[in-house]
Amino acid sequence: MIGAAVALVVARPGEFLEALLTHVELSAAALAIAIALAVPAGIWLSRRAGATLLAVNGANVAKTVPSLAVLALMLPILGTGFLPAMVALILLALPPILINTITAIVRVDDEVVGAARAMGMTRRQTVRRIELPLAVPVVFAGIRTAAVEVVASATLASFIGGGGLGDFITAGIALSDMPELLVGALPVALLTVATELGFATLQRGLTPRGLRAGA
Amino acid sequence: MIRLDNVTKLYPGAAGPAVDALSLVVPEATTTALLGPSGCGKTTTLRMINRLVEPSAGRIEVAGRDVASVDPVMLRRSIGYVIQQGGLFPHMTVAQNVATVPRLLGWDAARVAARIDEMLTLIGLDPAEYRDRYPRALSGGQRQRVGVARALAGEPPVLLMDEPFGAVDPIGRERLQNELLAILRRVRKTVVVVTHDVDEALKLADHVAILDRGRLVQHAPPEEILLRPANSLVAEFVGHDRALKALALLTVAERRRPDGPPAGDRPEIAPDASLREALSRMLETGQQELSVVGGGRIALNDLFVRGDS
Repeated sequence: MIGAAVALVVARPGEFLEALLTHVELSAAALAIAIALAVPAGIWLSRRAGATLLAVNGANVAKTVPSLAVLALMLPILGTGFLPAMVALILLALPPILINTITAIVRVDDEVVGAARAMGMTRRQTVRRIELPLAVPVVFAGIRTAAVEVVASATLASFIGGGGLGDFITAGIALSDMPELLVGALPVALLTVATELGFATLQRGLTPRGLRAGA
Repeated sequence: MIRLDNVTKLYPGAAGPAVDALSLVVPEATTTALLGPSGCGKTTTLRMINRLVEPSAGRIEVAGRDVASVDPVMLRRSIGYVIQQGGLFPHMTVAQNVATVPRLLGWDAARVAARIDEMLTLIGLDPAEYRDRYPRALSGGQRQRVGVARALAGEPPVLLMDEPFGAVDPIGRERLQNELLAILRRVRKTVVVVTHDVDEALKLADHVAILDRGRLVQHAPPEEILLRPANSLVAEFVGHDRALKALALLTVAERRRPDGPPAGDRPEIAPDASLREALSRMLETGQQELSVVGGGRIALNDLFVRGDS
């Protein structure tokens, strides 16, 4: 059956590559925008004790909404296509990044931040030299969770005409065509695992040496 | 010199002021300990000196300048600050930690590098071995020392210490206190140290300021605090063994008398030993007189404290 799937890819390389590209584009764009929104928002919210609690709880509730529901909700609002799928994926990626950014910064030791201030660092220097480097590992853990979720959920974009590898899966299910289904399913699985491993490596690399085990 | 003039701090919603019309002078190149139970206002007082806390009323001068007229960020770069456990930046090496203020002050790289080695040598850590270590690879005492090195690196005339050795075990604490005294003899800083540890205050400070509920109760040299406590609160706070504590502050040399009649084999004591050690030696040997090494003798009634108490 896998052989038949490979034969399908070989027979229609353009179609497969286009779907793969759309899938990656959709995921990458959604993740990039979610990072650009959630990290600054998290930093801002972490300064406000009341807002912090509200945001973390709100994001936790939002996280429980199933991916498919978020995508389906986009239909009546934004219609079909790449854009609504991307917006839905952004919404999925926001909560984990937001939660981790807030907790990462709140968790930075008050004594250390107090020492930075007492040494004569400005507010901005304290954020850039102390709080952000110390928060990076936790922020990145959130980004990693979001990335894996986005790559996996981008499969569902097919339901609202967003394209991607999900197209092969929906077609395969509709036609009971297992090789066709696998053309979508296997690459999605591999892509998800690769995303997880890639971001895990990146996270390790970005963790300041003094915080790594065995430093 | 540091001068506090009628300084008051009122926190919104608090029943009374945290610091209440406090006036205090810390003379140049001396150490003053702010001592008192928790909540007495000692830490708030310390933090007002470098404007981590803004006073509600009153005036604070450091080296002749009203701190309210100086940009707080620039002010703090000119005042060393040591906190419990060092408060080191965990993602920076020992060298980067020590270089914090010099870099903020914009020193060139060569001067910063030289200063790092100088400071590490001062605190007794071999620069070659410790420069590139991270704080997690240091012992508690080493971290505390690096905290002192970081505070002194920017050549501040003034040093503020907030419970500097509170998190170190008693043996390590005593060693760190001795090292700090040795360092201060070399670098001469105007120091304010906050502590709730009476022995630490007596040991480190030239003057002790005892605070209670934001008010200055007594401000005097350690011996006077011990021998003439201003009120029962001070007496209780310094402890019922305060006469023994006072003995620990005085040396045999200060009370030695010239040789009297030879008395055979009296036990000996070094002139730089404390009177407390001398007393202990008498109790231990059952003798009321000791020979002082290098000449003279000291008798039990030479130990009697000459206070009013």
